[in-house]
Amino acid sequence: MKKVTVPDRLLFVLTIILASYLIVKGFSGFTETETTLLSIAMGVLVIAGLLLLLFGFEILENKAVVVVATITPLSLSLSLIVAYLPQFSLIYWVLVMAGFFAILFTRYFSSNKVAAMVLAPVHGIAGLIIFLLPVVFSLNGQAPSRFALVGVGGALFGIGGLLLAFLKSGKPLLSKETIFSILPALLVITTACFVLGF
Amino acid sequence: MENMSIQSNIHLKVKVYWPLIKSLQTGLLLMTGFTGFISSSCPVMNWRMTLGLLGSLFLTVSGSTILNMVYDRDIDSRMKRTVHRPLPSGQINANEALLLGLTVSLLGLGWAYILMPLYALVVFGGLFIDVVIYTIWLKRRTAWSIVWGGISGGMPILAGRVLGTGRIDDIGLLFMLAILLWIPTHILTFSMRYNEDYQRAGVPTFPSQYGIVPTRLIIALSSVGAALAIGVGIYALGLSWGYLRLLAVLTSGLLGLAIVSIFRPSEKINFGLFKYASVFMLGSMIMVVIGAMP
Repeated sequence: MKKVTVPDRLLFVLTIILASYLIVKGFSGFTETETTLLSIAMGVLVIAGLLLLLFGFEILENKAVVVVATITPLSLSLSLIVAYLPQFSLIYWVLVMAGFFAILFTRYFSSNKVAAMVLAPVHGIAGLIIFLLPVVFSLNGQAPSRFALVGVGGALFGIGGLLLAFLKSGKPLLSKETIFSILPALLVITTACFVLGF
Repeated sequence: MENMSIQSNIHLKVKVYWPLIKSLQTGLLLMTGFTGFISSSCPVMNWRMTLGLLGSLFLTVSGSTILNMVYDRDIDSRMKRTVHRPLPSGQINANEALLLGLTVSLLGLGWAYILMPLYALVVFGGLFIDVVIYTIWLKRRTAWSIVWGGISGGMPILAGRVLGTGRIDDIGLLFMLAILLWIPTHILTFSMRYNEDYQRAGVPTFPSQYGIVPTRLIIALSSVGAALAIGVGIYALGLSWGYLRLLAVLTSGLLGLAIVSIFRPSEKINFGLFKYASVFMLGSMIMVVIGAMP
């Protein structure tokens, strides 16, 4: 297992600081419910950074971490739907809840293959929403142009999530060492995109 | 040539004496004192007061730590973790350390008195509870001594608040309560990790007296209590909701780890919780400092 290096630690600390800043600053133009959902998404990034800092990359082997890590894309995509496509709020709430519990269940009571088969579409749908919605809305002029950065952050986060998901399923796209080497930088760039985008 | 020898002598002395003050612990307590001071919205903040607070607290906290080390040197000599400390290993003479501890403490208290008598009284309370009640009287008799250790650990933040506001108020007491409730998370995870050491030294601890599971439960409950006290304190200070949101995030991590340590205990989780608790407290203090700055 790759050891956490000093630069990794610095990047984790930076991720924690950036995500904490966003939570404290708040999200201008978003309602209380949306702010809560966005804070949960950023909160998971804070916790993830702290756990990686304290426990190292070994923590990613833990099943619970995979489940908790899905909270960020799910709550982030949900907040975007509630804010920008409210007519789909109810159906997406149901999808998010069903997806989360399906991931939770399969992670503990199914094979790795089934768990990955459930994780991929749930992550995929949430990732597409986080990537496309901000980009489309900022291009349409219905949101400020900087909002597109949320989409960039979402895409990067999705890449990280996919790399880890395939790694867990036993069919890694990149070697474990490589994934763990780029993960700290990916996390901090993703969070920076969210800070600038919101 | 003679100058160089004096210099290297001083350098050597400082190197040997420095571990006596437990610089990390002292630093964290200074941070809490500074937080208490800044939390008063600082109508009185100026360099004289700030330096006075940090200087007097540094001296009294260091002094009490040195005095504790002198008194506990027999315990330290029986524990693997502490056997190499300067006193049990014989690098420092106990009488010399005692004299240093008393001198440093008195200097700190004197400085505190010059700043404000009520502040000095609170600082003295912390020192007295830590050295006399906790270390000399209770530490070797009961595992519950940590409550007094917690009270003395909460005194710097109360003292800082007193220096800022000129009185003992509810917010200061809440912050003190938060530290008091945080101490079990910190000390009990530590005493579980070094359980054998403490047993060898004959120091009663919660794990040895009540077992590991009740100890883990107490850690979880005290974590919640500490977070609640800090949360109410931040709310009472009138800080923005953003700080409470971040506190909720940090608390959920602390609580999550505490729960995992109950149901899936392991050495790694236990020590991770110990470290997380320190980060939690440091993070909370930074939040109050940033949020309360004028």
